[in-house]
Amino acid sequence: MTDVLHAKNVTKRFGGLVAVHDIDFTIPEGSIVSLIGPNGAGKTTFFNIIAGIYDPSAGSIEFRGRDMIAKARRAWMEPIAWLLPPAVLGAITLAVAESGTKNQTVLALGLTATILALLASMVIGVSRPPAYQRFMFRFGIFRSARPNDMVVAGLGRTFQNIRLFANMTAMDNVLVGMHSRLKTTWIDALLSTPRDRREEKTSRVRANELLTLVGLKGRGGVVAKNLPYGDQRRLEIARALASDPALLLLDEPTAGMNPRETAELTVLIGRLRSELGLTVLLIEHDMRVVMGISDRVTVLDHGERIAEGTPDEVRRNPKVIEAYLGTPPA
Amino acid sequence: MTAAKAAVRPPKPTGWRAIRERMRNYAHHHRSITILWTMAIAGALLIVLPRIPPLNLIQSANPWYDAFANAGVYVLLAMGLNVVVGLAGLLDLGYAAFFAIGAYTYAYSNSPFSGQDLPFFPMLVVGAAVAAVFGIALGAPTLRLRGDYLAIMTLGFGEIVPIVFVNSDPYTNGTNGIGGIYRPEALPFFGEFSPLTSFNYMIVMIVIVTVAMMLLYRLHDSRIGRAWMAIREDELAAAANGINTVVTKLLAFALGATTSGFAGVFNASKLTIVSPDQFLFAVSFTVLAMIIVGGMGNIWGVAAGGFIVFMIQAVVLKQLSGIAETLQKAGLLPVFDIGPLHVDIAKVNFVEYQYLLFGIALVIMMLKRPEGLFPSQVRRAELHAAEELGPDDPELLGALGDTPGNDEDMGDPAASR
Amino acid sequence: MTTVAVARRSPLNRAARIVAFAVIAIVLYDIVLFVALQQSWLTGSKALTGDHAFGVAIQQTINALSIGAIYALIALGYTMVYGIIELINFAHGDVFMVGAFLSILVTAGIFGQIPGADITNIPFLILVLTVALLLVMPATGLLNLTIERIFYRPFRGGSRLAPLITAVGVSFILQNVALVVVGSGDRAAPQVFPLNWQIPIGDAKISVLSIFIFVLAVGLMLALNTFVNRTRLGRAMRATAQDQQAASLMGVDLNQTIALTFLLGGALAGAAGVVWGLRFGFVRQDLGFNAGLKAFTSAVLGGIGNINGAALGGFFIGFTENLASALGYSRWSEFLVFLILTFVLIFRPTGILGQQLGDRA
Repeated sequence: MTDVLHAKNVTKRFGGLVAVHDIDFTIPEGSIVSLIGPNGAGKTTFFNIIAGIYDPSAGSIEFRGRDMIAKARRAWMEPIAWLLPPAVLGAITLAVAESGTKNQTVLALGLTATILALLASMVIGVSRPPAYQRFMFRFGIFRSARPNDMVVAGLGRTFQNIRLFANMTAMDNVLVGMHSRLKTTWIDALLSTPRDRREEKTSRVRANELLTLVGLKGRGGVVAKNLPYGDQRRLEIARALASDPALLLLDEPTAGMNPRETAELTVLIGRLRSELGLTVLLIEHDMRVVMGISDRVTVLDHGERIAEGTPDEVRRNPKVIEAYLGTPPA
Repeated sequence: MTAAKAAVRPPKPTGWRAIRERMRNYAHHHRSITILWTMAIAGALLIVLPRIPPLNLIQSANPWYDAFANAGVYVLLAMGLNVVVGLAGLLDLGYAAFFAIGAYTYAYSNSPFSGQDLPFFPMLVVGAAVAAVFGIALGAPTLRLRGDYLAIMTLGFGEIVPIVFVNSDPYTNGTNGIGGIYRPEALPFFGEFSPLTSFNYMIVMIVIVTVAMMLLYRLHDSRIGRAWMAIREDELAAAANGINTVVTKLLAFALGATTSGFAGVFNASKLTIVSPDQFLFAVSFTVLAMIIVGGMGNIWGVAAGGFIVFMIQAVVLKQLSGIAETLQKAGLLPVFDIGPLHVDIAKVNFVEYQYLLFGIALVIMMLKRPEGLFPSQVRRAELHAAEELGPDDPELLGALGDTPGNDEDMGDPAASR
Repeated sequence: MTTVAVARRSPLNRAARIVAFAVIAIVLYDIVLFVALQQSWLTGSKALTGDHAFGVAIQQTINALSIGAIYALIALGYTMVYGIIELINFAHGDVFMVGAFLSILVTAGIFGQIPGADITNIPFLILVLTVALLLVMPATGLLNLTIERIFYRPFRGGSRLAPLITAVGVSFILQNVALVVVGSGDRAAPQVFPLNWQIPIGDAKISVLSIFIFVLAVGLMLALNTFVNRTRLGRAMRATAQDQQAASLMGVDLNQTIALTFLLGGALAGAAGVVWGLRFGFVRQDLGFNAGLKAFTSAVLGGIGNINGAALGGFFIGFTENLASALGYSRWSEFLVFLILTFVLIFRPTGILGQQLGDRA
C-alpha cells in the first residue's frame, strides 16, 4: 500500500513554544488513521501544517507523491522570472525606438505589450496557479503550497470549531466546497455560456447527493447557522467532500455531539472509506470512536509522538495511560 | 394530526403575499429578463415623470434628464464599488481615483488639448481597461495582505492621483484640467448629444446601467459570486475550501476599478471638462455612503441607494433653501432665536452641509441598520454577527488575524444588544 | 540562547544604542542632504555651493527632526489602537486637526495673542505652552475616547469591515464639522513661539522651536514607553494587544484598557496639534486627512502595533518629506510617501520592527 501523506520530521515553534516536535508520520492509502492526545498536545497545529495554514519551522510534507510543504528553494529567482518577459519586451521596444523608426503604432504596441506582460506577471505571481507552480518547479523553484493548493491536490478538511459560511445556505456551502473542481470562469459567468449553465446544474445535483450522503437531504435551502449543531458538523463534512478529496482531515468531528449522533457519524466515516474509497485522518477525543474505526492510532503529547500502533496496542501502552491520567503515585 | 401538520408547514400564502412570492421566485430564476423589464419600467418613468406635476413644477424636463443622467453615473459607481465592498468585503477608499483615470483617458482621446478625436463608444471600453490596469497594479501587491492594508493603500492612491494630475501640468494641464472635451457622436434616431438635450445621455446611461446590472447579477449568482461571499464570511475557511483568495479578491477589485473607469469616461464626455478637484476623497466617500444606505451586497439595493442619495445631493438640497424661503414668506417657518443662537433656516446653505449629512447618515446606518435600506439576506445576518457568538478558535484566529469574538467579559450592554 | 541575551541587555545599554543609532542616522542624513544640495541635476538650477549647502543642510536636518516628531506623535496613536483592537482609526488624523484648532483657541483666546506676534518673555512662554498642552491633550484624549465609546465599541467582536467603514465616516464627520465651524482654507495660528529665536552655528541658524518640538516629542515618547513597560495599566495594554481573550481571562478589564489606549493616543495627537500650530503658523480643516495618511504610513513602515516602530517610522517619513522639499520637490512629497507605503507593503508588510503580521491564508 502506498502512502497518501508522508510528514517528514515536522517541527513547529511559536516563539519559544515548541507545539510540534520532529513528528514523522505516514497515512497509508485507504486507511483511517487517528491522532489523539491530551489538550494542547499539538494535534490541531499538526493538522494546520498539513492543510497548508501554518508553515512548519522544519520538516516537510509529501502528499500523493509530491513534496507540497517544505522550505522554499531558490525563491529569490522568482521575481527574476516575473520580470523577465516584460523586461525583454521593453528592451525590444526600446531597441526599435532607438533604431529611429517613425512608426508610432509599433512603439505604442510595444509599450502596451510591456505593460500587459508586467501586469500578467503580477497577477500570476500573486495568484500562483498550479500550472505556474509546476513550471517553476522545473527550474527548481519551490514554495510551500497554500491551503487552496492543498485542496486542489486532493485534501479536504473540517474545523475543530465549526467554520461554515454561517450566513449562506447549506447548498451554497457545499457549492463553495466544490469551487476548486468547477471550470466556469468569470467570463463564462458574465456571458452565461452553455458550459456555465450546464456546470451549475450538474454541480447542484452533485451537491444534493452529498447532502443526502451526510443525512441532510432536503435541507439545502436552510441557512447554515440555523441548522442544529450536529447537522452543522455533517454539513462541514459534506462541504469538505465536495472537493473530491483523496484524504479527508476531520478535526474532532464528534465534539459536542450526543451519543446517538456520535454513533451515526462513526458509521458515516466508515462509509466514506468503504463507498468513496477515502483515506481519513481523524483527530478525536471520544475513545470509542477512535478505537472503533481506526486502523492505526498515533498519540501526541507536548508536541511529541509518544505511541503509535493499532488501537489495542495503544490502549495498553503505559505511556499513553500516563499522558492521559497523569503519573500514578509511586 | 392536521393541526400538527399545519404547524410544521406554513400555510400557503394567499393574495398579495402569494403574488409577491411568485414574483420573487420568477425574478430569481429569470434574472436577466426581470432586470430588463424593471429597467424598462424605470426608464419609462424617468422619461415621463419630469413632464408631469409635481416634478415639472420644480424645474423643466431637461434639467431633470440631466440630473438623471448624472445620477446614472453614480448608480454605476455604486454598483461597481458594491462588488468590492459589498460582495467581496474589501474596503476600497480610493474609488474616485479610477473614476479619474477613466475620465482623463477620455479627455486625452477627445479634446483640443491632445488634438485627438477618437470615437466615444470604443473609448468607454478603453477607459475602463486603463482603470482596470491600475486596479490590478494596485490590488495585486496589496490583496495578499489583510483587508485593512487595502483600505489604507486605496486611501493613499485616491489621495495621490489628483495630486499627480495637478503636478504634471505639461501632460494634464494642472489644476485647470482639460476642457473642451468633445461630446459623443450623434446616435442614429436620437440625434446629437448636447447640453440642451440631456435626454440622449440619460438613455445611454439607462442602457449601460441595465447591462451592468445584468452582468453583475450573473456574476453574483455564479461560482465566482459564491467565492466572494465565502471570502467575505470567513477568508481562512474559504482558502481551506480550495478558493484562491488572492485571485478572487483581485477580480472583484479589478471589476470595481473597471466599472469606475467606465463611469469616468461617460462623465467626462458629459461634463466636457475634467479637473483634479472633481475626484477628491469626497467622491469616494459619497459612493461608499450610497452603497451603505442602499444595502451592501444587494445589487439593485445599491443602485437604488445611489440614485436616491444623488438626487438628494443634486436636487433636494439645492431646492431646500428655496422651499424654506417660500415657507418663510408664507409665514409658516419662523426664525428661531434661542439665546445667542440665531437660526434662520431659509439662510442656511444646505449644499454646504451635504458631506456632513452623508457622514452622519453613513455612521448612523452602520450603527443602527448596517444592512442598509434594501438589505441582502446574507449580508444582514452577517452584519449583526456582533450580537451573536462569533467563531473563536484562538489558535486559528492567530493565523487569520481576526479580532477574537469577545462573547463574554464585555459587560457592555451595547455589545450584547 | 537568545532569550537570555535579551534579558541581560541592560536598559541603559539599550538607550545608548538607540541614541547612537539616532545620532548616526541624523549625521548620515545631514551628509546626504549636504551632497544632494550641491547637485544641479537634482535641484534644477538652484544648486548650492559648499559652505552655503552645509548651513542649509544643518538647518534642514533640524527641521526634519521637528516634522518627523510631529508625525511620530500622531503615528503612535494609530499604532497603539491598531495593536490593541486591530482597527485603523481613520478619525485619528482628524483628532489631531481638532487638537490644532483647540490650541489656537487656547493660545489666542486665553492669552489674547494676535496672530503673528510672539512672546519674548521666556517664563511666560513656558506658561503659555504648558497651559496649552495641559488643556488640549486631555481634550483630544477625551474626544478620541468618546469616539471609541460611541462609534467603535458596539462593533467589538463582530465583522471587521463595519468598524472600519464607521471609522472613515467619523473622520469625514469631524472634517466636515470643522468645515462648518471654521470654514475652508488656512486659519492663522498665533506664533507665540518666536520664530526668529535661532542659535547660529557657523552659517546655519538653528531654530529653537524645532529643537523644542523634538525634545517635547521625545519626552512624551519616553513617558509613554515608561508607562507601557513599567506600570500595571501598561502591562494590561500589552497583554490585551497580545491576546484579548487571554488578557480578559486573567482579569484585565478590556473596556478600560481599550479606552485608555484611545485616551493616550488622542492626547499625543493633541500634543502634535499644538506643536503643528507653532511650527507652521496655520491650521486647516482638512489637515488631519493628509497628516493622518502620512502618520499611518509611518506606523506601517515602523511595524504596525509597535510603539518604537511608529516613532522610527515617523522620523523616517519626516526626513523623506524634508529631503523632497529641501531639493525643491515639496509638491511631490505626498507621492513619495505613497511610494514608500507601496514598497513597504510589497517587500516588508511587517514593517521595519514588526513581526508576524503578514498572513499566508
